Amino acid sequence: MLAAALIVFREALEAALMIGIIAAATRAIAARGRWISFGVAAGVLGSLVVAGLAGWIAALASGNGQEIFTAAVLATAVAMLAWHNVWMARHGAEMAARARGLGASVVKGEAALSAIALAIALTVLREGSETVLFLQGVAASGNGGALSVLGGGALGLGGGALLGAVIYLGLLRVPLRWFFKVIGWLVLLLAAGMASQLARVLTQADLLPTIADKAWDTSALLPVDSLLGVLLHSLIGYDATPSGVQVAFYCAALVAIFVSMRAVAPRPSQPIAT
Amino acid sequence: MFLDLAVVAIATLAPLAARPALAADSEVALAIKDHRFAPDELKVPAHTKIKLIITNQDATPEEFESYELKREKLIPANSKGILFVGPLAPGRYEFFGEFNQKTARGVIVAE
Repeated sequence: MLAAALIVFREALEAALMIGIIAAATRAIAARGRWISFGVAAGVLGSLVVAGLAGWIAALASGNGQEIFTAAVLATAVAMLAWHNVWMARHGAEMAARARGLGASVVKGEAALSAIALAIALTVLREGSETVLFLQGVAASGNGGALSVLGGGALGLGGGALLGAVIYLGLLRVPLRWFFKVIGWLVLLLAAGMASQLARVLTQADLLPTIADKAWDTSALLPVDSLLGVLLHSLIGYDATPSGVQVAFYCAALVAIFVSMRAVAPRPSQPIAT
Repeated sequence: MFLDLAVVAIATLAPLAARPALAADSEVALAIKDHRFAPDELKVPAHTKIKLIITNQDATPEEFESYELKREKLIPANSKGILFVGPLAPGRYEFFGEFNQKTARGVIVAE
């Protein structure tokens, strides 16, 4: 039961942390709840579909179907997070005013919200489909322990959701003058971490060279299977022994998104963009 | 863009796959049976890219996972999966089946 709880917890954590951060990021946008719920629901539904098609997907592209599918999912999620962050950078002042309760009207952000709904759906789908397959396998094995495993799964899901709620509530306590800056960096690091994972799956399918198998090794200092390691992996893409190409993708995503955010951000002296 | 990259890469790799493995690649087979890996210790050459062919003979899916190798691949029930690791520095690289961690354990030894 504990093993099952741990597996589901690890899968749920990444999605839950991301949803927590996004929910905080969009606090000043009207109708965010509807879009976030829609993203989660679509992701859960997608998990079931992808789990059902797992055998078919795996056999595509001479056995590399899974990697290409995951890479496409990750690339899209990175792009959506990047777009969201650029949008936030452009509308930062407006959002801050709204969050202070000074905004004249609700901030309209349908485009940004549809981007984050898609990013959430894809992340839930990626983590969820594995969970579905795991639980399906357990159920199919017909052990008497199936019920306890399902109980463990529920426990793991609850644990992940709890941490998502903790990060959401924690972020809301950040003073408003720093709030959007902090959120911007969190989403930026989240996207860079996904870019690093994208590089990893492409090397797994031999579609990219590793450059170096280990750019560094901090596994003795902070193992990636420790609780802190798992947390940092989910939040900022921490890896104890990243390959060279992973580091390259991480840095490239970080710089590209940061520069785009800077480019669109209104100067403090200018009037608020409308 | 990444998709395009992937498609281009596949198009280039597809003819390669039909030919015998390149000298630089080394193929290694691994089976999953009764939630165990067979063999549970694989000797591979160091500094060489390894093509790992994993056959899951069980009726349940398994996920091949390794922190040291940074690999994670789902192998559906009664099917085969391919993944690439390395080139590795000499050493021991543990792996496990995430869905059956108690029994499914193994190690790749690069030398």
